[in-house]
Amino acid sequence: MSTPTIEKEPASKVELPAGVGGGEIPSFDITLKVRRYNPEVSDEAHWDEWQLTMYGTDRVLDALHKVKWEHDGSVSFRRSCAHGVCGSDAMRINGRNRLACKTLLKDLDTSKPILVEPIKGLPVEKDLIVDMEPFFQSYREIMPFLITKGHEPTRERLQSAEDRERYDDTTKCILCAACTSSCPVFWTDGQYFGPAAIVNAHRFIFDSRDDAGDMRLEILNDKEGVWRCRTTFNCSEACPRGIQVTKAISEVKQAILTRKI
Amino acid sequence: MAVPTVESPRSGRVSPAYSRTRSSRGNFEMGAWLFMRLSGVVLVVMIFVHLWTSLVAGDGISQVDFGFVAGKWASPVWQVWDLVLLWLAMLHGTNGVRTIINDYAEKNSTRMWLKGVLYTATVVIILLGTLVIFTFDPCPVIDGVAHVASYCPTA
Repeated sequence: MSTPTIEKEPASKVELPAGVGGGEIPSFDITLKVRRYNPEVSDEAHWDEWQLTMYGTDRVLDALHKVKWEHDGSVSFRRSCAHGVCGSDAMRINGRNRLACKTLLKDLDTSKPILVEPIKGLPVEKDLIVDMEPFFQSYREIMPFLITKGHEPTRERLQSAEDRERYDDTTKCILCAACTSSCPVFWTDGQYFGPAAIVNAHRFIFDSRDDAGDMRLEILNDKEGVWRCRTTFNCSEACPRGIQVTKAISEVKQAILTRKI
Repeated sequence: MAVPTVESPRSGRVSPAYSRTRSSRGNFEMGAWLFMRLSGVVLVVMIFVHLWTSLVAGDGISQVDFGFVAGKWASPVWQVWDLVLLWLAMLHGTNGVRTIINDYAEKNSTRMWLKGVLYTATVVIILLGTLVIFTFDPCPVIDGVAHVASYCPTA
């Protein structure tokens, strides 16, 4: 039995009369101050500011888009997915490392200018874009891939739920560099491996399927390795994925200690 | 025929300021980290016993003079106690300042100079302190003049 089908417009195309549908989104005015730097024009960085009318659902990234699309197309920043997964748009917002795409404007103090700067400790290339190579160099050094011994199994490498749980927290890293660039030890000279590299080492060191934990511990037992961590918790505070970074670092410290003693 | 290779697009791009020049794979930093924690625990106990015996027990702070110190150091227990306290406190403090220098000095040459001053001061203070603990004389004779206190044997 078939029901007569009536051609209906999809819901998204139906024009709603005013006053029907979702509630009115509150709007407010903000001042956005962005740290600008363009080495082709000047060696000096400076602040630019814009007055914007934004909505309660808007994030800092939306404000940056509004500036770039409607006011000044030369404002440069990285963003890819714009939904807190790709880790491209870490920046210093009101002095704290945040993802611009996860920070709602309404959660900030909109009575004062909102300050947006590039993350610290890495060389600025232009405006909010920094050179991430030193960050990824440390990441590569800890060998962030599965290393196994023995024969290749014919099926997938199985793991118990408990073994998986052991390193679950550190699998969440999106390599946005918010932690490493919030670390005062990294700011000094950029030699420290940094929280992100240690978190990603932790992810494999405590993986029961991986056989190169000792190698990674040896790498992180360096002068610039885990022992430079001062447990200031800046990294845990900065992580947009809520990873307990300082805890992961101290677990790596303990693993090195128990291995040596 | 040589196989043409494509260079990694990122090769050689890391700013030399960030590259770790030489890796030290010794266990010194681990030892220093462990020493800080262990000596810290021991120091908390030793320092409070030291403060209590010197400042609270007996007549309190008014009892402290050369004679009191000499009396304490007549016992080998207090000699060893103060010796361990001196060494632990000095090494603990020096290691702390060493990490502060590492964290705050940005150039290796600055680090070297600051640590040079630090280590010199540490060695001088530890050696002087150790010497005093074992050779302390509460009734010194300086330039032929005996500085006699009430507790000194009269000549």
